[in-house]
Amino acid sequence: MIAPQFNTEMEFFMDPQRCIGCHACEMACAECETNGQLPMITVDYVKRATSPQTVMQICMHCEDPACAKVCPADAIVKDEFGVVMSANTSRCVGCSNCVLACPFGVPKKVELSDLMMKCNMCYDRTSVGKRPMCATVCPSGALWYGTREKLERLRPNSTPINTFVFGKQEVKTKVHYMMPKGSTKLVVD
Amino acid sequence: MLSSLQRNAYIAATASTLVLVLAIVVGSRRLQNFDPALVGYLFGTIFACFGIAYRFACWLQRPPTWRFFCRTGEILFSRRGPRLIGIIFSEAIQKLLLQRFILQRGKRRWIGHMTMAWGCLLGFAVTIPLTFGWIAFTLKQGTTSIYVANAFGFPVLQFPLHSFLAFLIFHVLDWASFAVIFGVGILMYRRITNPGLIATQTFRDDWLPLVLLMAIAVTGLGLTLDYERLKGSVHQFMAITHELTVILFLVWLPFGKLFHIVQRPMQVGVDLYRRLGAEGEQAVCPHTGEAYATAMHIEDLKTVTRQLGFDYTRADGSSHLDLSPRGKRAALARAHSKARQESGGYFG
Repeated sequence: MIAPQFNTEMEFFMDPQRCIGCHACEMACAECETNGQLPMITVDYVKRATSPQTVMQICMHCEDPACAKVCPADAIVKDEFGVVMSANTSRCVGCSNCVLACPFGVPKKVELSDLMMKCNMCYDRTSVGKRPMCATVCPSGALWYGTREKLERLRPNSTPINTFVFGKQEVKTKVHYMMPKGSTKLVVD
Repeated sequence: MLSSLQRNAYIAATASTLVLVLAIVVGSRRLQNFDPALVGYLFGTIFACFGIAYRFACWLQRPPTWRFFCRTGEILFSRRGPRLIGIIFSEAIQKLLLQRFILQRGKRRWIGHMTMAWGCLLGFAVTIPLTFGWIAFTLKQGTTSIYVANAFGFPVLQFPLHSFLAFLIFHVLDWASFAVIFGVGILMYRRITNPGLIATQTFRDDWLPLVLLMAIAVTGLGLTLDYERLKGSVHQFMAITHELTVILFLVWLPFGKLFHIVQRPMQVGVDLYRRLGAEGEQAVCPHTGEAYATAMHIEDLKTVTRQLGFDYTRADGSSHLDLSPRGKRAALARAHSKARQESGGYFG
């Protein structure tokens, strides 16, 4: 087996405010070898009737992933680098627990295959030190993968945060959101 | 000190093992039909029984698994239960026997998995009753050319020793081995050519089961080769290597990838759960205004997530789980947008 060689200095940062809805990330995601030509990223209009605002969402790779905890078949695991893997195909029973319990709305159920699939941060690429497909093609920098040092130079007025609040639940993630300078967390609801 | 989870699992595993040992003693007519040459396989199988029952009991006690298990029981024992028998059979055939969900993932993969799975199941169906002494072959009294197959000590089939039927029966494990080798070969080929699999696979979870199955099938065929072509000259070597690979497989079975054979029937229960839920109230997302899941599923998830230490309850008493996946993504985007707006600039 090939041992993963993650460059641990490289991190994933996303800034939904920069999303221009071009879907390039979706197309690139479908090229990821681990997805079987299905895009695992989602690009949505936030409220199509009133605003052209779009938003993309990748898996945030939670430190304590709800998707893995609610899986009745133990099909989802987190690896030693904090990447929450897509469902183990031999175990997933297609119950959709993970799809409905993920606070970020990330996992997708492929009905015909009775299988949940999600972003695993382009494991085929990141595990050998390359950037994820979506981050290589995003023209606006909404999806950005690199060192924190370089990011601070590029975005001096933003702070990366990885703490989110959903109701009474605080969630910490491997992927960061870019927030106004000085922010410590994003309170969603 | 054992946790209650472990204690329950030990009780279930011990009880299952005792029942199995009792069934072996009774089924082999107090070991009269037991073949001592298979004693190694017997102990391997008994250990596998204990391990599988232990892991199964641990798995069943996990909150999400237990929830589905209880719901399936409720459905089956409700008034709707009898009319679901047809659906259960149909789903079991589609999902367990034909494994059509794998066909959707790839035709070659399905052929590989089907031949491997059915080769294994055929092998289990023959070797387990033989090892337990539930099936035994004897010569018909007063003849030297008629074989009798006995099940639990009762004659069930007799056939001439040099007939085509005898050839098929005596080589049944060879047919199973050929199927396993063919299937495992296809799946091994996938694992050395598919870049996605190469990146994510591990030796323990993905290669070990294939290597073990291949070793069992090849050494099993070696036994036939030995007595058919080599006049038994390498019998000891073939017998011991085959026995060692099988025992290793049985000992590893409860802890490895093939435990999914025990888990997979849950897929039928999940299907019942969804069908029954679809007949009832639906959960409607406040953001999209569309139904996105069954109300029963969302309520069950709220309970399960609380049991697991997650609390998505909002200040107004509603829950973040009331939103569909799309609604959750929109809520996140709105919160982010608001935070940017309040800071005085949308970008930074």
